[in-house]
Amino acid sequence: MQLSTKTEEQLRIVSVQESRIDAAVAIEFKDAMRAETDGASDTVVLDLSEVQFIDSSGLGAIVAAMKHLGAERRMALAGLTPTVERVFKLTRMDTVFSVFSTVDGALSALRN
Amino acid sequence: MVMLSPFEVSVNSSELAVREALQDFLQALDPLKLDIEESGTVELVLAEVLNNIVEHAYPSPAPSGSIGIRCVHHNDGLHLTITDHGQAMPDGTAPLGRQAALNVDLMDLPEGGFGWFLIQDLARDVTYTRVGEENQLTMRLAVAMHA
Repeated sequence: MQLSTKTEEQLRIVSVQESRIDAAVAIEFKDAMRAETDGASDTVVLDLSEVQFIDSSGLGAIVAAMKHLGAERRMALAGLTPTVERVFKLTRMDTVFSVFSTVDGALSALRN
Repeated sequence: MVMLSPFEVSVNSSELAVREALQDFLQALDPLKLDIEESGTVELVLAEVLNNIVEHAYPSPAPSGSIGIRCVHHNDGLHLTITDHGQAMPDGTAPLGRQAALNVDLMDLPEGGFGWFLIQDLARDVTYTRVGEENQLTMRLAVAMHA
């Protein structure tokens, strides 16, 4: 599971460098997210713009990664591709996360 | 209007085999030129069905087994029959797949249980039958429909 991370003005941006977050990699994704977000800033932006497909296991893994941040920190999602966005909408999980169409959009909204 | 000839994709169950099966299946649908929403529907429903078979019909450490996906194209969409020879569905019927409650504390948010909800939401006429040692799940996907 390839993730790339950078920190910009208190925001940690984690970009998923894979085209799928599915049952085959869900556990690996959860572990990698833990490693990338432990000790990180208050807000994590998960950049999903490279991800073309998630299944329910991938969705569960993203929820688990958000829960791992704890109540004091939050996770925003950015760059959802059409099928990924659909999974969030159908399950109404889009109401649980802050969702932004681009990473830049997330950054400018969250900085304020 | 393109009508596909019936076809079948078979794999041996494993999480990576699910990816392979999805790829083969979607490739077989290429002539239909599905839009992103339609192909997303097909891929999501099939992914959830296959993942459930890998996880529940052939749970590790039991040996993996065969999974077949047969597709027949009718005017009202794609009719799928997915078969395996693993454990039967516990209640003898396909789960209803209710939407998970999200008005809960952060730590109580569900991390699973979305699979059957997605299948039931996106597919039509979902039926499960145990025939001898075989699980048969049939459904219709309302894509590539011809009036």
